Amino acid sequence: MSRAAILRQPWLWAWVGALAVWLATAAFTGGTGSGQVISAALTFGAFFVIVALGQMFVITLGPGNVDLSIPACMTLAGTVSMKIMDGAGAMIPVGLAVAVAVGLAVGVINYTLIRALRIPPIIATLSSSFIFQSAAIWYNRGLRVKPPEALGDFTTAKIAGMPFIAILVIGLAVAMHILLARTIYGRSVLAIGQNMRAAGLAGIRVERIRAITYIMCATLAGLCGYLLAAFSGGAALNMGEEYLLSSIAVVVIGGTSVAGGFANVPGLWGAALFLFLLVTMLNTFGAGAGVRLVLTGLIIIGVIVAASGGRHKREG
Amino acid sequence: MIGAIFSPRVLRGLLPPLSLAVLLISIFWLQPRTMSYFGLNLLLNLAVPIALATIAQMFILCVNELDLSIGGFVSLVACITATWVQETPLFGLLALAALIAAYAGLGALIHIRQLPSIVVTLGMSFVWLGLAVLVLPTPGGKAPDWIRSLMTLKPPMIPFPIIASVALALIVHVALMRSAGGTVLRGAGGNPAALARAGWSILRIKMTMFALAGFFGVLSGMALVGLTTSADANIALRYTLLSIAGVILGGGEFVGGRVSPIGAVIGAMTLALAGSFLSFLRLNPDWQIGAQGAILIIVLALRLLIRQAEKRR
Amino acid sequence: MTDGPIVLVDGVEKRFGAVRALSGVTLDLQAGECLGLVGHNGAGKSTLMNVLSGIMVPDAGRIVIGGADLTERYSAVSAMAQGVRCVFQELSLCPNLTVAENARISHPAISGIGWRRRARALIGGMLDQVFPGHGISTDDVVGDLSIAKRQMVEIARAFAVTDREARVVILDEPTSSLDGVSAEKLLAHVRRYVAAGGTCVLISHLLGEILNISDRIAVMRDGGVVALDSARAFDRKSLVAAMGSVAEGLQGPAAKATPKRADAPAVLTARPETKSETLALSAHKGEVVGLAGLSGQGQTELLVRVFRHAAGTEVRGDVALVAGDRQTDGIFPLWSIAENISIGSLRQFLNGILLDHGRAQAFAQDWRARIGIRTPDVNQPILSLSGGNQQKALFARALGSTAGIIVMDDPMRGVDVGTKQEVYAMIRDEAEKGRTFLWYTTEMDELRNCDHVYVFREGAIVADLPHAEMSEEKVLHASFRDDGVRVSA
Repeated sequence: MSRAAILRQPWLWAWVGALAVWLATAAFTGGTGSGQVISAALTFGAFFVIVALGQMFVITLGPGNVDLSIPACMTLAGTVSMKIMDGAGAMIPVGLAVAVAVGLAVGVINYTLIRALRIPPIIATLSSSFIFQSAAIWYNRGLRVKPPEALGDFTTAKIAGMPFIAILVIGLAVAMHILLARTIYGRSVLAIGQNMRAAGLAGIRVERIRAITYIMCATLAGLCGYLLAAFSGGAALNMGEEYLLSSIAVVVIGGTSVAGGFANVPGLWGAALFLFLLVTMLNTFGAGAGVRLVLTGLIIIGVIVAASGGRHKREG
Repeated sequence: MIGAIFSPRVLRGLLPPLSLAVLLISIFWLQPRTMSYFGLNLLLNLAVPIALATIAQMFILCVNELDLSIGGFVSLVACITATWVQETPLFGLLALAALIAAYAGLGALIHIRQLPSIVVTLGMSFVWLGLAVLVLPTPGGKAPDWIRSLMTLKPPMIPFPIIASVALALIVHVALMRSAGGTVLRGAGGNPAALARAGWSILRIKMTMFALAGFFGVLSGMALVGLTTSADANIALRYTLLSIAGVILGGGEFVGGRVSPIGAVIGAMTLALAGSFLSFLRLNPDWQIGAQGAILIIVLALRLLIRQAEKRR
Repeated sequence: MTDGPIVLVDGVEKRFGAVRALSGVTLDLQAGECLGLVGHNGAGKSTLMNVLSGIMVPDAGRIVIGGADLTERYSAVSAMAQGVRCVFQELSLCPNLTVAENARISHPAISGIGWRRRARALIGGMLDQVFPGHGISTDDVVGDLSIAKRQMVEIARAFAVTDREARVVILDEPTSSLDGVSAEKLLAHVRRYVAAGGTCVLISHLLGEILNISDRIAVMRDGGVVALDSARAFDRKSLVAAMGSVAEGLQGPAAKATPKRADAPAVLTARPETKSETLALSAHKGEVVGLAGLSGQGQTELLVRVFRHAAGTEVRGDVALVAGDRQTDGIFPLWSIAENISIGSLRQFLNGILLDHGRAQAFAQDWRARIGIRTPDVNQPILSLSGGNQQKALFARALGSTAGIIVMDDPMRGVDVGTKQEVYAMIRDEAEKGRTFLWYTTEMDELRNCDHVYVFREGAIVADLPHAEMSEEKVLHASFRDDGVRVSA
């Protein structure tokens, strides 16, 4: 790959950013604790990446496609699976199956609403998320069921200093990258996002692809809810809260086009690490939560403005 | 004649007030004590800031954009009101004016660079929330007395929230739906190309609409602090989703400049009442949010049915 | 008012890529006249009107209005200020506003207290004047009105006068969505308006209408005005003759000694979805079947229904589509040429469940060579190609698929002559090999390549011409309804 080609890679800037903030942090602390920071970033980044993978496919379907029900779905899957396992190690696979099933159901409901009511996906997933959130509150009844010990250990386990969950999610990301680049499904999503009408006229089964995408996104959210609940010692009702905006932010910063039709997986990891390391850096510098949030927001807007600049040039 | 009364178009317009009426009547029936001055006051108090935020969202939707930051914005206004406006009124009000100007600037940025408003306002939601945390790091502050006394007015006969909601709906209705200027603003949602061809500046229209959204967002935050007496940075985050739902519930469409201020206020009140309804039903309060979602889905389904009936004619 | 022309376009040129839409058009409009403008598809009428109403900037030439040269600062807004109004085929009303509110949008002078009353009076009065008994309330929301009523509002708004005069009103196919009675009312109003000193340009494919209403008639062909004379100098026959190139016959190179229809099996039949009387279309294996007529008469809809195997069609085998409107129906703008070509045949490159990029690449290379796409590298972005070569890529996508039936939606729009000849040869070649083509085209020349031609008019098939019986005159006559509109001015 030539130097110019590398500079054009969409995932590059997220990784450069992640590296820059990590170096800045390390320089500030004189290198102490840099290893732990990376380890934490990989763990927390893994959770971001799981949901962002689903959101990426949804956003790639084109303007108006966003899944706003991710937090509610995570919470519901987390609470239901924790309660069903009830701390019993033998129930771990059952809990996993339940969490995935919850995600599947959420996805099916979301897509059914989009299709049957012919409403924009934003509104469909918004209204359904209210119901899923309530279902989670009702089912949970204020209890915080602890995850099975083995599962909790699993989510915090490390292999040669590398969080095991991060390795798993890297594997997942590779699989998703192949799904995007090397399957008929992936090509179809990219085509629909560029031009839905043309995709239909090129013989792509548009509605089938959209259904699969929404269901897959919710299923990943369900999986993330399960793992996150296990990691944080039980499901909390607000556990999905920050994942709504973050899932979109990770996708955008990672270099995926908000206008649809163009996506990339490596950028997701870069963006997730970047967001976490940015927070860490600002913490080390002694900046408060306020500054952190303001900077995050401005970076998202900066990225989207910069990306649009490139598009203008290409059109002109 | 009867056919005209039940025409789909009339039905479509009646759907929001009917939903509200059904809800109100059910509440009265379940809990007759609410059918009093104080009962209504209590029921509808928190509907006022939600209605203001919904009106703000409506201005944005009217020009085919979407604001995912209004909840954070209202929170920020609440924090500023409970601190700066209370301590140094002039500086506080200047800050609020600057926020409205920032909204107009957002409108300009989105239009000039042709950016997706969803992502820009998503970014802004972080910014507003961050600023709110900076202004008021821990919950607290104090509502200025004049806002407090305004929000707790006890006018004779009719409770204040009802007067406020009706006034809000009528004022915005006259300004946006009846005035010559409002017509141009709505036209930009319906057919921007035709408007530009007729010599109107879409940029100015977008900036105006965003500034109006900022203005009503400011009012919403001030009203909220007047009711709660103190603020915190997360106080109104739910308003983002509630305001979108309120506009849609009130008969607004997602695109095409089809909005209704009266409907939006009614939609906001319906959502605010949904929770009370469930508690009077002795249903689990856990389903409060869920009921809002269910109402939204039911109304959208009804609207689809009406639209199909319309097509068949 | 001076005696000179109220509007003069002088030597106006306009190009779209390789296509010359206007090649030096000179046309004058006098006060108090109605100019009829006719021409076949792509003759340049709409482009000329877009230039006149300030929406398109010409590449060369002058625009003079009321004696003043406005070429440099001519725009939609200044056209409006000069009193040049245009009623477009695609509506320029805001569907979410009422009739009166729409009047306010185009007349900024209506404002202040009581604006609504004045807007109602303005547009309502004009509607009463043009279409008495129209049955439209000025408080109706435009989106709720029927297409015909919307068209009436649009027309009335163009004639309405506030501080902005209506000096020149351009009507682009105004009667296409009106019923006969309303159309007559409109034409009567045009005569009254012209008698009062106004200027009107009337574009219509109803030749009777043009002949009855116009004072002068301009005929356009291939981006130029080929005839301009008093309306009395024309009749229906001479108009049709001026529009086409009658001299040449249509017996082109594709003339087959033996029609295929006799021995090849039918692979598809389809009937347009219309309430009026219509013939059915059928295609046999190895045939090239042409869909002719003016643009937008239901040809594309039928092609899409065949493509989708929709109800009312009987299609044997897979169908691939070649889009004509490349930007909205065909191209994936972010992708390379290779990706755009291979998207139609992904199944061929499957290796298990994974796509083999190498094979897709080789496939695209192969088609680049076979169809002659002019690019050094199929991995270049599709947008780096000229329009004609983008179109070749779309042909490659369809021809490379395994589909036995190819439907083509006027695919040669904006394509240069050289490319066209190459593609024609390829289509004949593929048809010889047994593929069936449905070819919607608005270009008369291309019908020579067809074994069979169906002529569409107003959503129905009105003529069924085998190759041997086909002539340009027959196609034109079938395309234009023989209307007998008479107007008592």
